[in-house]
Amino acid sequence: MTFGIDIQNLTVRYPGVTAIDDLTLKLEGGKIYGLLGRNGSGKTTLLSLIAAYRKVTEGTILVDGRTPWENEELTQEIGLIRESSDLVIEGENVKGILRRSRRFRPRWDDEFAQRLIDLFELPLNRGVTKLSRGQRSALGITVGLASRAPLTMLDESYLGLDAPSRYAFYDVLLADYIENPRTIILSTHLIEEVSRLFEQVIIIDRGRLVAYDDTESLRMRGAAVVGPAAAVDDFTTGMTVLGEKRLGGTKSVTVYGDIDPDARSVAADWGLELSPVALQDLFVHLTKGDPA
Amino acid sequence: MFDDRSPIYHQIAEAIKNDILSGELGADEQVMSTNQYAAYYRINPATAAKGFQQLVDEGVLYKRRGIGMFVSSEARDMLLSQRRERFFADVVEPMVAEARVIGIPLDDVVARIQTLKGRESA
Repeated sequence: MTFGIDIQNLTVRYPGVTAIDDLTLKLEGGKIYGLLGRNGSGKTTLLSLIAAYRKVTEGTILVDGRTPWENEELTQEIGLIRESSDLVIEGENVKGILRRSRRFRPRWDDEFAQRLIDLFELPLNRGVTKLSRGQRSALGITVGLASRAPLTMLDESYLGLDAPSRYAFYDVLLADYIENPRTIILSTHLIEEVSRLFEQVIIIDRGRLVAYDDTESLRMRGAAVVGPAAAVDDFTTGMTVLGEKRLGGTKSVTVYGDIDPDARSVAADWGLELSPVALQDLFVHLTKGDPA
Repeated sequence: MFDDRSPIYHQIAEAIKNDILSGELGADEQVMSTNQYAAYYRINPATAAKGFQQLVDEGVLYKRRGIGMFVSSEARDMLLSQRRERFFADVVEPMVAEARVIGIPLDDVVARIQTLKGRESA
């Protein structure tokens, strides 16, 4: 079972700042989405609204066609694990957190939870306040995945893991997604490592939607044009320029947009080199601050 | 395994074609399922499926309902003739152009090829 999400004109204002700015976004169920944004871009606010941790005041959010706010039947099927200490409850140990989760999550899988506990070598009897950062991340992931919620959202919750554990997490996430398809949203600002897991990527910046596309299409949309400065300038006139660098007579301009085969052959004739841009670089260009 | 030079589904298709060309995958042999492939290479299953679909569209693989995907019997011959057609444009012409740019006489290139040819037949 999977849930789609339909967000219309969502706005959230905090004193002095607009955290989410008139966001409209429709996500089909059953895919793995990457939600990318810098720190403070509104990722956590957005996910908290979808999970009904916060009330929507402007605009609408529908999950599976229903409003999540104060809808227990729906929210027990929506899992959000934030990087912060949602699961760090004073006086509670790992076993206790798992027991709570089992009670609240109708699709909870004990056997899977145990496998994750073993994988991450989590100490069942240790108090959660005494867990290391990596162990807290691992506990979050265990609860997040073993809940098997039709909408599962992990908000940077795996960033506390060390590299071998992160790769173990990617493997187990993919394997479990294949066996139990559901809608998964992973938010992150570290992209290269995970981008291949995403079917689609959503980039937000200052609460606004900057890009939303298939990961592969998005990746192919950026290009670095390198060659003699004058030719590069001519070629990139009218294109969306994300950045430029110059070294002597050679110039490199990063552009965003589709470059059709005709333009590619023009580039070749002019002695220009076109090369793809890594998703991480594209993300950096698309979300860098306005020049002051 | 994969780089940023081209779409990953395209690289998946190329990798399987190379396995067919090298003989690692024979005619009518079953290929990994898209899910196995996705899990093994840590990529999204939809991306893997796109690569496999491209191969089905090109006639390199065929589907058997409920069982999986297999290498078509004519795949290797087809790929060989495609690669042979591209060989001069993709390999020889850029080599000649490069030799010109860096000032290697074409006679030297030809001589080297003759030497390699001699070694091969020896």
